[in-house]
Amino acid sequence: MTAERPSDRLVDPGDPLPPLPGHSSRGRLERVLRAGKFAVTAELNPPDSADPREVYDRALVLAEVCDAINATDASGANTHMSSVGICSLLTRAGYAVIMQISCRDRNRIAIQGDVLGAAAMGVANVLCLTGDGVQVGDQPGAKPVFDLDSMSLLETIRIMRDDGRFLSGRRITVPPQVFIGAAVNPFAPPQDDRPAHMGKKVAAGAQFVQTQYCFDVPLLERFMARVRELGLHEKCFVLVGVGPLASARAARWMRAHVPGVHVPDAVVARLEGAADQKLEGKRLCIELIQRIREIDGVAGVHVMAYRQEELVSEIIAASGIMRDRRPRASARRPTKERIA
Amino acid sequence: MYAVRLWSVRRAGWLESLYNGFEGILIRLDPLWRRIGYGRLEAPVAAVERGVKGLLFDCRMCGQCVLSSTGMSCPMNCPKSLRNGPCGGVRADGNCEVKPAMKCVWVQAWTGARAMRGGAAIVRVQKPVDHRLEGRSSWLKAARDKAGAPAP
Repeated sequence: MTAERPSDRLVDPGDPLPPLPGHSSRGRLERVLRAGKFAVTAELNPPDSADPREVYDRALVLAEVCDAINATDASGANTHMSSVGICSLLTRAGYAVIMQISCRDRNRIAIQGDVLGAAAMGVANVLCLTGDGVQVGDQPGAKPVFDLDSMSLLETIRIMRDDGRFLSGRRITVPPQVFIGAAVNPFAPPQDDRPAHMGKKVAAGAQFVQTQYCFDVPLLERFMARVRELGLHEKCFVLVGVGPLASARAARWMRAHVPGVHVPDAVVARLEGAADQKLEGKRLCIELIQRIREIDGVAGVHVMAYRQEELVSEIIAASGIMRDRRPRASARRPTKERIA
Repeated sequence: MYAVRLWSVRRAGWLESLYNGFEGILIRLDPLWRRIGYGRLEAPVAAVERGVKGLLFDCRMCGQCVLSSTGMSCPMNCPKSLRNGPCGGVRADGNCEVKPAMKCVWVQAWTGARAMRGGAAIVRVQKPVDHRLEGRSSWLKAARDKAGAPAP
């Protein structure tokens, strides 16, 4: 135990739980997953604003129904408030966050520094991503960095945490105690090789994965069957990405413009044929969650409701997946009391 | 050249044997390379390597070749320079997210790896690129490393 220091009164550690053997982090998401509960994570749409209330307004809505909030890192290569900034705001208010880290915008020097900073603020979970190409975003003339790739990023953070060293070998005095995640896309080619690719991510350090949007359950079932054969579901928690489609037009747009999203024609046709397309999109999402939950080896869902956060709580409530327990994303104690 | 690059992936098994033989010779000739001096060989060998591998693989001379672990599909041609597998953005037709007219380097890599005896190496996690080695010869590096010669 370190001695008391004058700086102690300045420290807001976020909301860490007591350390547990066999756990990498002191966060609530890892607890939920290791306890065998069906976890729910949700993506927060980052504001194009410097107003912290825009982050908190969205977090309040999501935290009612999920176990951790994903702070995206300029997803779709569009500039928004940064994931580090959002995590700083959210951890100060006691929320459980998953900090997304993309390899597109920062090199290994910047990323390793951010991981230390994030852990110091109480970020317990990180998600290692390659990142969408700059050509799809609002700054297509930007220089793509891609110094690391998602795999070497996973390994880098694992080395920092477990060996207490930077990639260079230099020592870290207090390593970042983070639960490490990765993304997988079972729906993009080469589909047959995606499970082995996930195995590689697990070997590199991934303890949980969040998938791209799932609108094709048979394809997911095929992927999961292979994941089970490889025993990956025993080493890594699989959270399947879901989200409501606002309309057939939105579905077509997404298919054409968001890299790696696979929306089967039948799904578009179903929305097209509905009297209320938005309601049908919501129904479809609820159905997907219920079907995904039945697949052996799936540990939870990751809800991405782009510009439709208000729907998330209705969807989770209607799906029944949180019926027997309390969501864990918000602090156990109110912020003011926690900091005092 | 793009067409040759695709041809090379189709001949991945054959190119693997060819390279293994070639590398064996390079390693055996280590005493000769030492006598001439690895440093003095660097520029001419790198130039030959650039020509040959440029034609066959669209090689970018990263200086730390991993073709034997990537199905003879050069990962430096990936616009995101991914060394460890495809990103999640691969198009439904198997083409690149960033360059829609190009086949995904990693879809190609997995195909090539299936034709190689050592194809299973594709699941090995590759370290991040060491940018100091850019433009240098991977052949000489392999000979030097595997023969146990001192690093430059």
